[in-house]
Amino acid sequence: MEHGSIKDPSSSTFSFAGEDHTLANSVRFALNQDPRVSFCGYSIPHPADARVNIRVQTTGAPASEVLKDALQDLMLMCQHVRDTFDKAVVDSKVSDSVKAMKFKP
Amino acid sequence: MDDVPMGQLPPHIQLQRTRVFCASDAPTQTENVQYSGAYASMGVDNSFRLEDFVKNFRVEVVRLTEDDMEFDMIGIDAALANAFRRILIAEVPTMAIEKVLFANNTSVIQDEVLAHRLGLIPIKADPRLFEYMSVNDTPNEKNTIVFKLHVKCKRGDPRITVKSDQLEWLPNGSEFQLVTDNSNSNSNSKPKTYTSFSSSQTSLPEFSENSIASKHDDIIIAKLGPGQEIELEAHAVKGVGKTHAKWSPVATAWYRMLPEVVLLEEVEDQKAEELVKKCPVNVFDIEDVGKGKRRAIVAQPRACTLCRECIRGNDWEKLIALRRVKNHFIFTIESSGALPPEVLFTEAVKVLEDKCAEVISDLL
Repeated sequence: MEHGSIKDPSSSTFSFAGEDHTLANSVRFALNQDPRVSFCGYSIPHPADARVNIRVQTTGAPASEVLKDALQDLMLMCQHVRDTFDKAVVDSKVSDSVKAMKFKP
Repeated sequence: MDDVPMGQLPPHIQLQRTRVFCASDAPTQTENVQYSGAYASMGVDNSFRLEDFVKNFRVEVVRLTEDDMEFDMIGIDAALANAFRRILIAEVPTMAIEKVLFANNTSVIQDEVLAHRLGLIPIKADPRLFEYMSVNDTPNEKNTIVFKLHVKCKRGDPRITVKSDQLEWLPNGSEFQLVTDNSNSNSNSKPKTYTSFSSSQTSLPEFSENSIASKHDDIIIAKLGPGQEIELEAHAVKGVGKTHAKWSPVATAWYRMLPEVVLLEEVEDQKAEELVKKCPVNVFDIEDVGKGKRRAIVAQPRACTLCRECIRGNDWEKLIALRRVKNHFIFTIESSGALPPEVLFTEAVKVLEDKCAEVISDLL
């Protein structure tokens, strides 16, 4: 859900239901590193409601576009983390099984 | 600052950017600088580049066992490391007993307490093979695992202990019949039970060979005295840890930042021995430098718990710097048994990806 003005699309507040710090803090991290963002932050209006508000203000680009790019960046990072992790696990399993074979010198 | 070339951070700022300083009174520089223009005045671009992330990100597995793993995650921000940790604890699904149907319980442990105990038993079943059951769904072979427990202690026998290996998996679903008015009218058809399985779960290739059971066979469920009996059916469903901790796939998952111990000056002879003795986890060691001279070295910085015992008193703080590396996480996952720890982590990363994808599709 987006709350912004029609006149100025460069600043909006997005309200995500069913999300918490897990996503909001990651998105804030990704948004902050985008040079188009002049301000971003998130808040959880009430701890008993599963809802976060993410505020995005940009230097001109539409806030929703910037947010979408940040989310896409996050997804790409996650994919890379997963690939790297899987490779590291396979490598460690291989080296463990080599060690278990106990070659005699 | 005319001696620092443009486009490069002065060393002390670079250090503040990448390290947490653990002084004797308090840690400082604990925040991560995320803002893209934070160092613009020094000509340094702090914005995100995927190529840089791909180039710098590393994972090194330290320990990997059946249900326990430790690995180093290097070159990632705390925001993401923490997201993975939170998801591991609260949002990776598992199967856990949610409904218990009591036919008989004459033991001293009350129905509701026994049901709660059963819920906490880790079940060795891959949750990815099951679907979530929502309120209006009928229990079927795709969303429910049924266990039976029928134990009795005969009169005159000694007390018995009921353990989790006595939970018997029912791949064909519930055996308790629903009481219906027209039970005589269609006596040929299968009697209606509390579940409606259309096929046996053993027909799935994953379960045909290894049956579903409790992860541990020696969890004490109840104790029965002579003449006492428990007869019940337990229905396990898929869920996540934020609903109830019984669905959490990890005993715990945590990370710590890599400790960095630096000797700012040479610590020699008497002082070196004093330093080695000060550290309760043996981070320091002594090295012979010849001519009878001995000096302290940092032998095991990873063992450091940052207890700050080594920088206590006198001028020790001028000799030793304790720091933490902000983008180096020592991540530990202890699985509770449904899935191996390495699978849990990849599942956690997938959950974050799915969250992002969902929000993107909402924005369109």
